Parts: sequence; structure tokens; C-alpha cells
Amino acid sequence: MALTAGFFYLFATLAVFSAVMVIVAKNPVHAVLFLILTFFNAAGLFILLGAEFLAMLLIIVYVGAVSVLFLFVVMMLDVDFAELRAGFIKNAPLGLMVGGILVIELIMVLGFQVLKPGIAAQASVPIVPGASNTAALGRVLYTKYVYFFQGAGLILLVAMIGAIVLTLRHKEGVKRQSIAAQNARTPATAMSVVKVPSGGSMIPDAKPARVPEPVE
Amino acid sequence: MQAAAQIFSDYILPLLILAGLSAVLLGLLLVIIAFLLLFDRKVWAAVQLRRGPNVVGPFGLLQSFADLLKFVLKEPLIPAGADKAVFLLAPLATALFALSAWAVIPVNEGWYGKWVMSDLNVGMLYVLAVSSLGVYGIIMGGWASNSKYPFMGALRSAAQMVSYEVSIGFVIICVLLCVGSLNLTDVVNAQKSGLGTKAGLPSTLLDWYWLPLFPMFVVFFISALAETNRPPFDLPEAESELVAGFMVEYSSTPYLLFMLGEYVAIVTMCAMTTILFLGGWLPPANVAPFTWIPGVIWFLIKVTFVFFMFAMVKAIVPRYRYDQLMRLGWKVFLPLSLAMVVLTAAFLQFVRYA
Amino acid sequence: MTDAYALFLLRDYLPIVIFIGVALAIGLALMVAPFLIAVRNPDPEKVSAYECGFNAFDDARMKFDVRFYLVSILFIIFDLEVAFLFPWAVAFKDIGVFGFWSMIVFLAVLTVGFVYEWKKGALEWD
Repeated sequence: MALTAGFFYLFATLAVFSAVMVIVAKNPVHAVLFLILTFFNAAGLFILLGAEFLAMLLIIVYVGAVSVLFLFVVMMLDVDFAELRAGFIKNAPLGLMVGGILVIELIMVLGFQVLKPGIAAQASVPIVPGASNTAALGRVLYTKYVYFFQGAGLILLVAMIGAIVLTLRHKEGVKRQSIAAQNARTPATAMSVVKVPSGGSMIPDAKPARVPEPVE
Repeated sequence: MQAAAQIFSDYILPLLILAGLSAVLLGLLLVIIAFLLLFDRKVWAAVQLRRGPNVVGPFGLLQSFADLLKFVLKEPLIPAGADKAVFLLAPLATALFALSAWAVIPVNEGWYGKWVMSDLNVGMLYVLAVSSLGVYGIIMGGWASNSKYPFMGALRSAAQMVSYEVSIGFVIICVLLCVGSLNLTDVVNAQKSGLGTKAGLPSTLLDWYWLPLFPMFVVFFISALAETNRPPFDLPEAESELVAGFMVEYSSTPYLLFMLGEYVAIVTMCAMTTILFLGGWLPPANVAPFTWIPGVIWFLIKVTFVFFMFAMVKAIVPRYRYDQLMRLGWKVFLPLSLAMVVLTAAFLQFVRYA
Repeated sequence: MTDAYALFLLRDYLPIVIFIGVALAIGLALMVAPFLIAVRNPDPEKVSAYECGFNAFDDARMKFDVRFYLVSILFIIFDLEVAFLFPWAVAFKDIGVFGFWSMIVFLAVLTVGFVYEWKKGALEWD
């Protein structure tokens, strides 16, 4: 179909262009915005392959969640561009070495493997006839691939604990609202009626509401 | 010549028809939103014993159109320190993401087919995905303005919107467990039978999911308020603290597009509440006088009803403090909705299918 | 690519693409209109950043609390949890009791994490 081919080239070109812009863009926030554009185009390519569930998930998880985190990090950074440039020359040999190894690995993976003939034509055929690919995925993920699934759960647990250990810092002297304590207040605990004799100076000692901690 | 006619009838004509349908749907949506905006202001005014807009047209009916004209004629300002491209992209993205959700929302079904642009298999995921993108307009607008109030508003908003999205996800899972399909038309049709028909009644409003999933209905409604930055969760634009939050630097139609995106997102959430919990276009009882009215009218009535509740909440509830907002999202709604997912699944597994 | 499959793409996704296109056209038209017809008369005071009456002291993009960062990490994790629930809920009738308990174990593991968060005070906002 000419239309699908047209959309493929549109998404592919835009994906490659915005991926290049991620690296080329000087402003890190622009780089993240181009990254988001790349994700959108990748989602479009997934739809063209028939993987509509994966496409939606890519948008929900990568665009809706991961990129928000990226934006936060980038906005939080105080990027000093002069310093970045200075480091570039120093680290260039190391970067070139890592990049070179990656290129060799990619050539080895892609160059020496032969795909089964005709597999590309089968990629878009639903696994179970008449089932949407969400249901097809659901039928195998939780039964046949149960260990991988539980493994994913454990990885998420580690991520959760790791995030808290790395970033959680409690501020000192923060007043917090305790809703239970507020609701449990009755007139008896919240106020006291003091009888003040008229004419005298017999005001009883008021208890200070909060005793400040002695500073050591 | 023959070939040109062939190409026209095979490719160009269907595209033109689709574009025309899209334009009609969007036009209707925007006109309905113009009147809902007025309705919102009228409800708000009535609660405060005011008249509300009543000058432009009879009963002020044309107020929103006058506002549109005013916005278009205002001077558009771009702050000197702003990042111009991102600054203008932000309102456009907000409006575009909000509008694009309406491509999959079905409003009626009958012998003439489904009244929806695209009857998508994964419609529910699509709406969730598109509504999770709403946060970008706000972050981009807040950052690009290069001003303090917008930046703080954007930060608050981003953390707030992501916090409530999790509970919206869990609520959708609950409905999904009962339906077994991500298609929004299937969700409505699944509500034709339920608690009421089990008791021997004809298909009525007792079959809709608001009754069996009542706690989730409440959680969804409140999360929808938070997700769309409606009062009492309007902290990103809290006018008494942040002036207007992320929109401080905006004027003219860029500002209008932000407002438009916000109201479209609100109406989308009302429509989702209607589809997930209030039976979409189904009449309140499947008997004679109610079935004479077309489904799309029922759909509109229900959406307006949910919108009326949104407006009443805005009028009568004071704004939350930020720590209370986070507490409600993470410590109340998240465990509650997670527990309901497990309960619903256990009920279906051991009572219904066993 | 099979023809039936191309037809499905055409039926389901082409309307969405066109719908988004028309929405974009409406948005752009609104956006461009005042730049064409409205008065434009900027002066330095008008285009300076808004503050309550004084000039801005420093750059508006400041460092902010690491807590916003923590919230968004936790959100990613729970969002993935929801993502895992979607195929499960759709295939719920077909996968039987084993599939049910498989998900309960998954949720239990993550609930351990959630309880840890709660006890550590990561959900408190200060």
C-alpha cells in the first residue's frame, strides 16, 4: 500500500532527524523535547507493524512518565556550557573508544546473523486469529512467561527502594499535619476554661503550648 | 483521465470525507464547549448569588463568542527572556493533545453504525495516553516563560498530574476487568446488563458500573478534577499564590489555547466518566418514553450532568494545600484503588467465573 | 504485509491522523490570527518577566527540591505496574486461576515496596 509506505518513510525520517537533533541541540531542554518527538515517531512505526498495544504503552510510559523525569532532571541541572566544552577534548579518546566498540558489536550482531526468510512478512500477523494483540500478549505473559513477569516485578521493587535510598532526604523542623490527631480533638482536649477572679492579679500560669527543645 | 478519476474516487474523496467529518465533529465540540463554559460561569455565579454573564446576547448566551473575538484582537506578547519556539509550542501542544482524544470517543451506536471517528481496539489506552500528555504543555509553558511564577506553577502541576494518573490507571483497570475489552463502545455495551437485569428488571441505570464500582466512581471523579487542574486542585494556577501559575506570561490566543485545552480536557474527562460509569448513550431505562430519545442526546445530558458536578465542586470547595493534595493521591487513592483492583478480580475469578 | 492488515490500519488509524491534522489546523489558525490582525506595540516594560513590581533578581530557572524528582520516579514505577495490568485485565477470562495468582504475587511484591516507601516517609511532602 502506497499510503502505509508513505507513513513509514515519514515516521522513519522524522525519527532519525529528531534523534540527530537530540545530540546536536545545544539546549538540553530542546534535546529532551526532540527525544519526545523521537518516541512519537517510534510509536507510529509500532502501529505500522501492527503492535498497537506496544505503541500506546510507549507513549504512556516513555512519553508520559520517563520523559517527564528527564525534563525534571534537565531543568534542575545548572548546565555550564563552557565547562562542558572543556571536558569534551579531555574525554574524547574515551568516548571514541566506547563508540568504536559499540559499532563493532553492532556490525557483528547485524552482519553475521541471517533472519529466517519470510519472517518479516509474518511479523504483523496476529498470533491468535481474531484476538487483539493486547489479549494475545495477556494470554502468554502471565502463564507461559510467568518467571520473566515476576522478575520484572522484582526489578521494579529494587528500582523503588533504590530511588528512595538515593534521593530521600528529610528536612529538619518540618511541621506536618496529622489529620487523625486533628479529628480526634474534642472541646475537652482543645480548650480549658479558666476562672479569673476579678480585681485580683491571680491569673494562673498558662502552660506554654510548645516547649522548645534545648539547643545543645 | 480514467486513472485520474480512479485516484480521486479511491484516495482523495475518502480523505476529504474524513477531513469534513473531523471538522464537523471538532466544530460541534468547540461550540458545545463554548456553551459549557458559560454554564460553568452561570453555576458559579448562582452559588455566589450573582447573575453571571448576562449582557452579550439573550441571557448572555453569546458571551463565549465575544470572549473569543476579544482574545483574537488582543496584542500577543512574548517576554524578552523567553524561549520563543517552546513558548508558542506549549499552548498549541496543550490544545492539540486535548482535542485529539475526541477521535476515539463514541457518542452513539445504532443501525447506522457507531458515531465515532475511529473505533479503535485500544481506545481506552489511547485516551489515557493522550491525557497523560497534557502535562507537557504546562511544563513547557512554565519553563519557556523564564519567569518565576510560571516555573513554580509548572513544577507543582507536573508532580500533581502524575500523582493522580496512577489512580486513574487503576480505576480503568477495574472497569476493564468487568468488560474484558479496551474498546470504548464495548465498555458501553457491557453496561446493558448487570445488577438490575440479574434481579429481573429490564436494562436500566442500575446496570451501569457506577453502582457495583461505586468507590471507583468517586475516585475517578476526584482524580479527574486533579488531572485537569480544576478547583479544588488548581494549584498550578492558584491565583492567590502564583497569580496565574504557568500562564502568567501568556496573552491573546496563546492564553486562549491554554484555556481551550483545559476545558476540552475537562469535557473529555466528563465523557470518560459517562462512558466508564454512567452507561454512555444508554437510556436510564430501556422502556418506551426513554427509548424515543436518541442516544446522543442521552450522552450529552450525562456529560452535562458530570460537568455540572465539576462546576459545583469549583463553586463550593476551598483549594487544597500541596501536602494535602499529595497525601490524598499517594496515601488514600493509590492503596484504595489498588485494593479495589484485587477485590474486583477476586470476585470475578471466584464468584462469577468459578 | 497482508492486505487485510493494511485495511485495518486504514480503518482505525487514518481517521485519527486526519482528525489530529484538522485539530492542528484549527489550533494554528487561532495561534496565528492575532499576530496578523492585532496591534503589536511591545516596549521593554511590557516584555519583561512578571514580578510583583520590581525587576527580577536572577534567572528564573532555579534549582528545586529533589522531592519532585522522587515523585516522578515513583510515578514511573507505578505507571509500569498499571501497564502490566492492562493485558492481564483484557485476557482475564482466558488465563484462569494461575494467571490470577501470578498477578497477585506481582502486586504483593510491589506492595512490599509501597509499604517501605510509606514507612520511610517518601510519601510525606515537606
